[in-house]
Amino acid sequence: MGKRMLLRGNEVIAEAAIRAGCQCYFAYPITPQAELLEHMAKNMPRLGRTFIQAESELAAINMVYGAASVGVRTMTSSSSPGISLKQEGISYLAGSNLPAVIVNIVRGGPGLGDIAPAQCDYFQATKGGGHGDYHMIVLAPSTAPEAGELTMLAFDLADQYRTPVMILADGMLGQMMEPVELPEPIDIASLPVKEWATTGAKGRDPNVILSFDLDPEVLKKMNLALQKRYRQIEAKEVRYEEAATEDADILIAAYGTVARIAKSVVRMARAEGIKLGLFRPITLWPFPYQPLKELAGRVKTVLTVEMSAGQMWEDVRLAVAERANTPFYGEMGGVVPTPRRILSEVRKHAS
Amino acid sequence: MPVSTEKMVKVFGRPASLTEARFTYCPGCHHGILTRIIAQTIDELGIVERTVGIAPVGCAVFAYLWYRCDAIQASHGRASAVATGVKRANPNLIVFAYQGDGDFASIGTAESIHAANRGENITVIFVNNQVYGMTGGEMAPTSLVGQKTTTTPDGRDPALFGYPIRFSEMIAQLDAPVYVTRQALYDTKRIMDATKAIKKAFTNQLEGKGYSLVEVLATCPTNWRMKPTEANKHVAEVVTKVFPLGDLIDRG
Ligand SMILES: Cc1ncc(C[n+]2csc(CCOP(=O)(O)OP(=O)(O)O)c2C)c(N)n1
Ligand code: SF4
Repeated sequence: MGKRMLLRGNEVIAEAAIRAGCQCYFAYPITPQAELLEHMAKNMPRLGRTFIQAESELAAINMVYGAASVGVRTMTSSSSPGISLKQEGISYLAGSNLPAVIVNIVRGGPGLGDIAPAQCDYFQATKGGGHGDYHMIVLAPSTAPEAGELTMLAFDLADQYRTPVMILADGMLGQMMEPVELPEPIDIASLPVKEWATTGAKGRDPNVILSFDLDPEVLKKMNLALQKRYRQIEAKEVRYEEAATEDADILIAAYGTVARIAKSVVRMARAEGIKLGLFRPITLWPFPYQPLKELAGRVKTVLTVEMSAGQMWEDVRLAVAERANTPFYGEMGGVVPTPRRILSEVRKHAS
Repeated sequence: MPVSTEKMVKVFGRPASLTEARFTYCPGCHHGILTRIIAQTIDELGIVERTVGIAPVGCAVFAYLWYRCDAIQASHGRASAVATGVKRANPNLIVFAYQGDGDFASIGTAESIHAANRGENITVIFVNNQVYGMTGGEMAPTSLVGQKTTTTPDGRDPALFGYPIRFSEMIAQLDAPVYVTRQALYDTKRIMDATKAIKKAFTNQLEGKGYSLVEVLATCPTNWRMKPTEANKHVAEVVTKVFPLGDLIDRG
């Protein structure tokens, strides 16, 4: 482990990407992820790596596509409107089996929205925001140190499954300063060689990166291969956290910044004798349906709390499948729910 | 009478960098000639083992099938951005983007200009056939005034759709590019000139000089509804009036 540093979430993600061996980073400025871009601008060239402030998010994601094709670890970051622009590129990455990391520091929407923290891009991130039958792994940190760990993990998962991986966070996490101890940088030379990469057809047949075939039967096979990989990811990569769930009869389901706030709500509720627990998905895709389903059988209520109109709520209801009540409390437009406000929602459902 | 092959001298052959795959282009289409020229250039420079071709969306979408080098199929208009990513990730590779006029000069405008403006050390082949070939002959940004296309059935009206865009001239305004040229393929002389220009554009990259753009005036006999010979004549007599041939900048 390295030494402890006081960093913003955005800087933690940037630094973790560098330590994970990210060789090429491409992005277009947008609030609230500016510190991430700035950290990369300052540090990537010093390390002899590539930083480009791209002309747009479209250009950035397509530069990522090129760098990923060559087999290097590569990343882009943005916030909601910019992530919308990247969707075609993300679909191409998925269709072409390319590993890449995409960071979305979500802000209030729709449209230009605002620059306050939000969770309104859950559908876009988890249900395939671009065209075609694809998914990407979506990791949702709730603290700055976890953002660092998950960013490092994102590069490993991307390579292992040859898939784009998204870090889904929000401006609160991006801006908050926290003491962080980042892992030592990996040894890039020790990473497995990517035999499929377009590194020059020397002593082998040409490699081709594509997501295209005009023959429906062939394209179907390409799709089946993707789906097979998605089933493997669902079987092996589900991550979540439970807090105070052993004796709970009411649960909050929340991720990211809201889950962090909900942890204090659990303490507050317990002090009043309410047996409240927390279920926090860490992978939003694959969503932890099974563990939540099992927990739901032991509680009366699963209260979903989100900074959206109820996007993850749909997955919670799928998992709970009527085993428990599934009320919802959400804030929109960049309003962050306070612990008190969440507690009063909890009280409504605690008998 | 049996012919003795011993006395024959080979003056023309299939470039080694071309695969056996059959072109998907229509008869008389210049995409085929251009593909061959690029393959021959790759042969002459001996770079097939370190070349990466970027295929566009357009009639050349299958370009990854035709060369014995690595290739990447890019999304519509973004080939220059993809080429940037490849070259920056691995500067030892020789990267060329092959893009139609819709791809390069319409949907990809920003990526095309900014790759040039950064002076990316890449080679871009820009195929200007004044029409969207693949999607059935719609207007391109380069379509001539009065040109009939499926989306300008009465001819391109500049009052409604503007004028043919001289994109290479725009790129030539920038400080970074080293070589910007416009070539054609309508007769042997032009094919030889274009071949020289393409070789230069690749050589610039090999020598680390920076961004080179070769615009090639090409035919689309199918969507122009002309015989290949008429199409060649049309380029020579009409198209070159709007898009003059020659080097726009050569800082190599
Ligand atoms: C995002 C997107 N928009 C539109 C298309 C449809 N499309 C495919 S090829 C093409 C035009 C190609 O024209 P050009 O670049 O001039 O190449 P040509 O076919 O003439 O060689 C279009 C609009 C697409 N594939 N992707
Ligand atoms: S449609 Fe036009 S550009 Fe496309 S292959 Fe046929 S002739 Fe060539």
